[in-house]
Amino acid sequence: MPDFADIWYVLFLRDYNTRLVVICTILLGCACGLMGGFLLLRKRSLMGDMLSHATLPGVGLAFMLAVSLGGNGKSLPILLMGAAFSGVLGCWAVLCIRNHTRIKDDAAMGIVLSVFFGAGVAVLGLIQTMPEGSAAGLESFIYGKTASMVASDFQILVIVTISVLICSLLLFKEFRLLCFDEAFAAALGWPVKFLDVLLLALVTAVTVAGLQAVGLILIIAFLITPAAAARFWTNQLDRMLLLSALIGGASGWLGASLSAFFPRLPAGALIVLVAAVCFVISMLIGTERGVLVRYLHQVQLKGRIGRQHLLRALYEILEGGRSQGELALRPVPFRQIRGRRTWSDAHLRDYIRRAYHEGLVEAPTKDDSIQLTVAGLAEAAHLTRNHRLWELYLIEYADVATSRVDRDADMVEHVLGEKMVAQLESKLQTYRSAGSLVPESPHPIIPGD
Amino acid sequence: MQNEQTVISPKSLPLTIRDLTVAYHRKPVIWDIDLTIPEGKLVSIVGPNGAGKTTLIKACLDLIPRSSGEVSIYGQPYKQARQRVGYVPQRESVDWDFPVSALDVVAMGTYGQLGWFRRVSKRSKALSMQALERVGLADYAHRQISQLSGGQQQRTFLARALVQDADIYFMDEPFAAVDAATERAIVEMLKEIQERGKTVLVVHHDLATVPQYFDWTVLLNMRVVAAGPTDEVFNQQNLRRTYGGKLTLLTQAANEVERSR
Amino acid sequence: MTWYAIDTWIVVVGALAATASALLGNFLVLRKMSMMGDAISHAVLPGLAIAFLVTEARASLTMFIGAAIVGVLTAVFTQWISRFGKVDEGASMGIVFTSLFALGLLLIVQAADHVDLDPGCVLYGAIELTPLDVVWRPKLFGFDLEVPRAALVLGGVTLLNLTFIIGFFKELRITSFDAELATTMGIHSNWMHYLLMTLVAVTSVAAFEAVGSIIVIAMLIVPAATAHLLTDRLWVMLLLSAVFAVASALLGHLSALVVPSWFGFADTSTSGMMAVAAGLLFLLTMLGAPRYGVLAKYFRKAESVGV
Repeated sequence: MPDFADIWYVLFLRDYNTRLVVICTILLGCACGLMGGFLLLRKRSLMGDMLSHATLPGVGLAFMLAVSLGGNGKSLPILLMGAAFSGVLGCWAVLCIRNHTRIKDDAAMGIVLSVFFGAGVAVLGLIQTMPEGSAAGLESFIYGKTASMVASDFQILVIVTISVLICSLLLFKEFRLLCFDEAFAAALGWPVKFLDVLLLALVTAVTVAGLQAVGLILIIAFLITPAAAARFWTNQLDRMLLLSALIGGASGWLGASLSAFFPRLPAGALIVLVAAVCFVISMLIGTERGVLVRYLHQVQLKGRIGRQHLLRALYEILEGGRSQGELALRPVPFRQIRGRRTWSDAHLRDYIRRAYHEGLVEAPTKDDSIQLTVAGLAEAAHLTRNHRLWELYLIEYADVATSRVDRDADMVEHVLGEKMVAQLESKLQTYRSAGSLVPESPHPIIPGD
Repeated sequence: MQNEQTVISPKSLPLTIRDLTVAYHRKPVIWDIDLTIPEGKLVSIVGPNGAGKTTLIKACLDLIPRSSGEVSIYGQPYKQARQRVGYVPQRESVDWDFPVSALDVVAMGTYGQLGWFRRVSKRSKALSMQALERVGLADYAHRQISQLSGGQQQRTFLARALVQDADIYFMDEPFAAVDAATERAIVEMLKEIQERGKTVLVVHHDLATVPQYFDWTVLLNMRVVAAGPTDEVFNQQNLRRTYGGKLTLLTQAANEVERSR
Repeated sequence: MTWYAIDTWIVVVGALAATASALLGNFLVLRKMSMMGDAISHAVLPGLAIAFLVTEARASLTMFIGAAIVGVLTAVFTQWISRFGKVDEGASMGIVFTSLFALGLLLIVQAADHVDLDPGCVLYGAIELTPLDVVWRPKLFGFDLEVPRAALVLGGVTLLNLTFIIGFFKELRITSFDAELATTMGIHSNWMHYLLMTLVAVTSVAAFEAVGSIIVIAMLIVPAATAHLLTDRLWVMLLLSAVFAVASALLGHLSALVVPSWFGFADTSTSGMMAVAAGLLFLLTMLGAPRYGVLAKYFRKAESVGV
């Protein structure tokens, strides 16, 4: 087991052997994370899947071509050019199938993926029979062999990723617009088609660059996982993209460092698993859309609805149809409340118990009656007022209301603004002095049993 | 919970909704819905965009979870009353490139009664054909569904509902994007269904035709504004409470009401 | 080119694998889940590796079970992530299968100490070697047949898939076409989804050893999509997809033997060429299909402009 000093040594790039690898994977992670963010928002995550599979025949053919022309088949620039070429061809084929036939997006990607990959396998099969074949080492493109890379390979990788990063930062505003609202972007006069192709070209570039570092299958993870993880933490596009690039970079850094300690384990797999762990953690505890947060919201919402219903029911019973005057506190029979709602006894008692702990109702009496406390009455009046204001708002501004109504907002004023609420209040008053509760309760008042 | 049910939901009532609230994320979409629909009515559900009309239907059919409240169909929860319910989803909800003919789509209406493994019998095929004849599409029975026009697709869906042979139907915008002739044909069919004592709930958009087509109306805008016989509830005041006061179409609708009386 | 009995068996094994996949593929394509085949066939790797680690041998049955379980888990995890995490279905699929594949690679490195296992064989398979593993020598019509094990296994899987599709034809049809209506009728589309995914997993595991997963990935999608361009009847589509699957197997093996010789090579991977052959058939259909083909559409447009 490596000791702490060793870990420190590697993590902070003091170790010459791993420094290059780690820097490269960090850069690659950032670039993939950023591009993946755009892909995710355009619901095109599996485009990366298709792209990376589609590069295989290009790699093989480039190798064969180079060898038959007497060159060095293993020269990385040549192989990458071949990969990029067949990747672009694959993208074009997908768009062709999708636009000209009734075949849907997913099937179009699947067709191109499998046929191109099959062609790649066939080409590799040919290379196996070549005398130079054994030396090809093209397998590393499928599984990724960071260790087999040489210094010049790293230079290419660094150049590609950095230029992709710069490009996407320069075009950040345009890409953001494209992801957010394509039609709007087109209406503003942006060359949407061109931007789309440019985005795919940049994705192709990072995919191809990452092929040898993490392998054909695992580069897919680099394009999808960090972006999906970032989505759980924020609803803002800029932050999400930044976070996605950070998670990608961090996964690259940790994964590559880990592989320095376990040289037998493939670096690509470690990187992907680190990213997967990031994803799982984000999915569970992400502050904006995480599972836990949403579950808590759900439970809270149910509790809040129950509490509101209870207090409002109590208030309306006390009010008893009168619209004027102060309300007197008096005990309300349990059964009368139950008659107003579809609660089971257990649910109602649960809501009452919670209201009791909040100090909103007195302890239930022996004959099963519930009485609001003074604080409870104030809260119930507040809730009922909010509720009526919302209903009034729905009536007065029905055409615009539905998207703005937030009945659970603590204060109506926070959503609608002071002025609007004052206006609604005065309307409520006029209705009240006219002797009717506004709005008329849509529930027929069922007088208990 | 069942045994404690105090709500009276008689077996003769096709649909009783009590205290229904549905919330997405953190906002309630529809709230405090209390609704009783008597038997044999042709019911329109109208309201502005985003008023929760589709949500209401889907909550009745157990397609989305409810935050509170209960729905009973002929006095039973949906699971037990399933055989008595027919559903016509929005037309855009399916892939019309799917390799099925109009007859196949209609025959799907019988699947619910068939049960697992059983194949579609000659008899149900004949029933499906009859249904297609009734909506006037007998000649198109073997056409692939993407080759039908929008109105014909809608009528195929209606034929499928007919084959379901339900007692209460939920239809989500059957009049969306159909031409005037189709609309009349559909209305004829709905009236025919009604005459056989069935109940039909229709999400509807065109206020002008409400009094003409429907004898019962539910005005919905996140909560039920009014529900009852159309000539009682479909008035200027209730419409303003549902749609707000600024729509010119309201006056048109009101005129229509006047004329129909 | 010379054709031996072995070549016949290669084509038979390939055709069985292709047919088994293509039958299920129709429903994947219609449910817009074509990429699920790709995902599952990559994701079974850790299942295989764990089976190796546990039994320390290439015992077929444990491998089969291990991989099938992981295959189903892929479908389950994908659905969980997209439902509970509200992640786009494609993205959640990508996350699940790449993570499982990475896990599988790590496990295989561990297992490599004990057994000889090459991830490459999962992808390409060794269809050329399958006829050598003969398990049954029946005498039929005066011929001495040497039935390889792969043919028996894949024949069994093909039958299983066929039974499934015939037995659940109407459930598969309605849940694929209108899942919501199916649910209101009490036919749960989730159940059908998991059943379908289980069979996809079983098929890809059965096929991987003999013919490599590339055939499964290709045959799950390409023949079904090709058939979809030619017909508007579901059962015709199923039938046509099977025909295309068999044709791709035959053409694939033929071209694996013949095409390389044009360029002065000996021969190449049959699995790869079967996928390419399926792709060529798709291309031809895409161009020439009578109603939905590109050319037909082009001429119809030209005609309507001319009139």
